[in-house]
Amino acid sequence: MEWLYMYMPIAGLDIFWPGLLLIGFSVGVIGGFFGMGGAWMVTPGLNILGFPMAFAIGTDIAHIAGKSMVSTFRHSKFGNVDYKLGLTMVVGTVIGIECGAQIVMWLESIGRVGPVVRWVYVGVLFLIALMVFMDYRKAIKKKKAGIVDEHGAVGFTWYKTLHKIKIPPMMHFKVAGIYCSAWLPIFVSFLTGVLAGFLGIGGGLLRMPALVYLVGCPTHIAVGTDLFEVMISGLYGTFTYGVKGRIEIWAVFVMLSGAAIGAQIGTVATKYAKGYGIRIAFGLAVVACMISIILKQFKWDATATVVILGAVGAICAYICGIMFKGAANELREKKAAAKLAEA
Amino acid sequence: MKRIYCLSLAFLSLACLSIPNPVTAAGPAAEMLIVVADNRVVDWSFSKFWVDYYNTDPFMFGLWCTIFTAFLGVSLGFITDQFMRHTGLDLSKRTIVEH
Repeated sequence: MEWLYMYMPIAGLDIFWPGLLLIGFSVGVIGGFFGMGGAWMVTPGLNILGFPMAFAIGTDIAHIAGKSMVSTFRHSKFGNVDYKLGLTMVVGTVIGIECGAQIVMWLESIGRVGPVVRWVYVGVLFLIALMVFMDYRKAIKKKKAGIVDEHGAVGFTWYKTLHKIKIPPMMHFKVAGIYCSAWLPIFVSFLTGVLAGFLGIGGGLLRMPALVYLVGCPTHIAVGTDLFEVMISGLYGTFTYGVKGRIEIWAVFVMLSGAAIGAQIGTVATKYAKGYGIRIAFGLAVVACMISIILKQFKWDATATVVILGAVGAICAYICGIMFKGAANELREKKAAAKLAEA
Repeated sequence: MKRIYCLSLAFLSLACLSIPNPVTAAGPAAEMLIVVADNRVVDWSFSKFWVDYYNTDPFMFGLWCTIFTAFLGVSLGFITDQFMRHTGLDLSKRTIVEH
């Protein structure tokens, strides 16, 4: 069975390549559907396959950059990417990440970085999950009461209050359909950037809900725009980790081959999913991530990995189900329409 | 006013991107695991190219990694895109429905 192992010349390891392909595919599906990089899923997976942690993180970032490109292009064709909004947010994100990193360094100097970061991470994820589920409940109530917006019933509308802030320059983000002060997305991205830098993650997990609840993007556009930002930060991360010699380029190639297919499936699945379908599945992914971190905090690393990989498998299967069911329906409808036209 | 704003925003973005390590600084400093990759066991020229760059020029290795990743992203995206086109699905539009 030697052919199932591939020599990684830089890390100097033999790695089970079908595992890489599978990880790439799963994260491609999930990332394309939720609009995030998915480092929290890939890094433990690569670690299990035998990569040392530093190589796992660097390789993961490079793979995320490439995968986000595939998803961004596909979302762009659907009209789900607001490039203007994405570029505006890059400013806040980068400054925010740097500020978050400085906070971590300060905590490191007083020897409290580990537990503080983990518990803040758990707290943030808990709040996100809570917000998503409460929002869903509120949206259902509104729907029953017949209160419906342009795109259907919506739960929390905090962004409407934030859009009332009229600090110049005011900007119109056509694709997202938002007219607000340019400082709103910059400030929101700064906040999510600070948290991302503080927690040591890419930020897609935080930016996607922030785009929906605070900036006011429809869910599909939040997913596409977030992926555009993940692509930019991923390419930058690839360069910095590359210079530090922490990227195994062959692993990136294999993972990307799987991720390119997965990203197409995940992205096209958004076409057949309602905004709240994406939000609820996202909330469940956040809960899985939170549980795994709590387990890690109590040193149950093996259980944490099982939880993460189990959640990845289940969510991936759910998204593939949406995609194939939706595609089959569409093709059936097309056939029926063609038959009608012939008759 | 809008033009000046856009230009300053673009300049600021570029300046921010030049800040060293904004992505990696969040974690603890990584330990050097392997200083030199063993190029004696690599016989294929393309692999040798990467290993030699890794051993001799970290900056160029980082740059090539970025270029190669971007190239892979675009080309694999293009190939899978072509495949998806042949499925018969309408991949040019979607309707946004929240609930």
